[in-house]
Amino acid sequence: MLIKRNPNGIDIPFGSEITPRAIFESRRRFIRQLAVGSIAGGALLDAFAQAPGGQKLAAKPNPGFVVMDKPTSYKDATTYNNFYEFGTEKDDPARTAGSLRTRPWTIAIEGEVRKPLTLDIDSLLKLAPLEERVYRLRCVEGWSMVIPWIGYSFAEIIKRVEPTGNAKYVEFVTLADRKQMPGLRSPVLEWPYVEGLRLDEASHPLTLLTLGMYGEVLPNQNGAPVRIVVPWKYGFKSAKSIVRIRFVKDQPQTAWSISAPQEYGFYSNVNPNVDHPRWSQATERRIGEDGFFTRKRKTLMFNGYSEVASLYTGMDLKKFY
Amino acid sequence: MITARQIALAKAALFAASLLPFARLVLFAFTDRLGANPIEFITRNTGDWTLYFLCFTLLVTPLRKLTGWHWLIRLRRMLGLFAFFYATLHFTTFLWFDHFFDFNEMLKDVVKRPFITVGFTAFVLLIPLAVTSTNGMVKRLGGKRWQSLHRLVYLIAALGILHFWWMKAGKNDFAEPALFGSIAALLLLVRLHWNVVQPWLQRRRMQPAPPHGLREQRLERK
Repeated sequence: MLIKRNPNGIDIPFGSEITPRAIFESRRRFIRQLAVGSIAGGALLDAFAQAPGGQKLAAKPNPGFVVMDKPTSYKDATTYNNFYEFGTEKDDPARTAGSLRTRPWTIAIEGEVRKPLTLDIDSLLKLAPLEERVYRLRCVEGWSMVIPWIGYSFAEIIKRVEPTGNAKYVEFVTLADRKQMPGLRSPVLEWPYVEGLRLDEASHPLTLLTLGMYGEVLPNQNGAPVRIVVPWKYGFKSAKSIVRIRFVKDQPQTAWSISAPQEYGFYSNVNPNVDHPRWSQATERRIGEDGFFTRKRKTLMFNGYSEVASLYTGMDLKKFY
Repeated sequence: MITARQIALAKAALFAASLLPFARLVLFAFTDRLGANPIEFITRNTGDWTLYFLCFTLLVTPLRKLTGWHWLIRLRRMLGLFAFFYATLHFTTFLWFDHFFDFNEMLKDVVKRPFITVGFTAFVLLIPLAVTSTNGMVKRLGGKRWQSLHRLVYLIAALGILHFWWMKAGKNDFAEPALFGSIAALLLLVRLHWNVVQPWLQRRRMQPAPPHGLREQRLERK
């Protein structure tokens, strides 16, 4: 029998002999289900049911706000995050946030402003042109992601409500409804979750009023229907599922700085030189990339957004952590 | 009466069962089931299992006393060694994934951060116990000395739970460490009761009552 060989001695199979992608993927799925089924039963299969499928949200990419890092997979970004209103484990929000009703939803913008506003989601979506921006997200716990958000600068809101001279800070208040949020039964934090920014931080063009991600409206577990994203600060500063925004005179009492003031300060800028009392902030693990055989990557000052440095001129960032 | 064969079978079954958590991790690793942050999953999981096995080890004596199943003692060494096995995996993930085998950096972390200091101390204290777990070592040390050395496990369990407690402090979520803590506390308290309180009560009962107490009793009888 004649055996055809490639001149350099390597057998290259005929195209027809290569297992089609659909078949090998279904084989893999089959093996996985066997394994999962025999170990832990059907409950674990739920995790496989996660797939993108939310409502599409059109937005124009804004090249001025796109980092070059590889975006995190949709699955990782929507199944691994902190949202204590839905439980303290990072897979809790994806499992339990289905109970959140995101429509109807109104957001009250009030306090030291000349024109207070109460807006529903549809008016928020139309308030300014939606942009897609790819931001790094650095969690205070030492992991990071890269996420394509959809929204517009929070400055657009500030412009419309016209803060008075007394407005020095902005406070963001998350929904606190026990019926929709099972995590509220636990006393881990004071509810509602409150976060805050200095007015100049809130006015910075990077601060994004966010309504979507990955080309879709925000999934519940990621802070639907409206959240804030402040990419140069640790993730917990970016309040989710916001119902009230208040412009205030005094620095707001924020949820984490109430519960552990020595660990979480009001500023909480990403800073590799200021350690958390219980771990170093010098490095981070990029979810989906930094794995078993690579060192963790170096964390960048202000998460790489050096354009915000001027907001903190003359401030001792070790003291104002 | 439990035969040697039955003990051997029980040991084999226990050995296989104790390896299951490890097998699960390996299976999950190869089937992409460790979640978005596999390293965190492995670290937490091996830490949890270290604490479980420490509790199992501490459970043997109380269970033996309550049930009269004295053969249980012959399974204790294996439980203790599995606690050490999972502690070693836990420490290795820390040294490997957090510090990429940079021993100096690792030691800096140990000194600087209290929750790591206590966890590391607990791990280091487990080493002499694992090393002296063989029959030969028991003989060489002598039963009394061996036993006092192995009482270190009480301290190790306490440190392990403190390590977990401080780790969870950041999340302000003490439900799990509190559960571990109360189980371990209960297991230590029954020992305190059996080894200290009960003997003391017994000694008191055996001593003659003080004279004036006797007189009072006589007066009452009149």
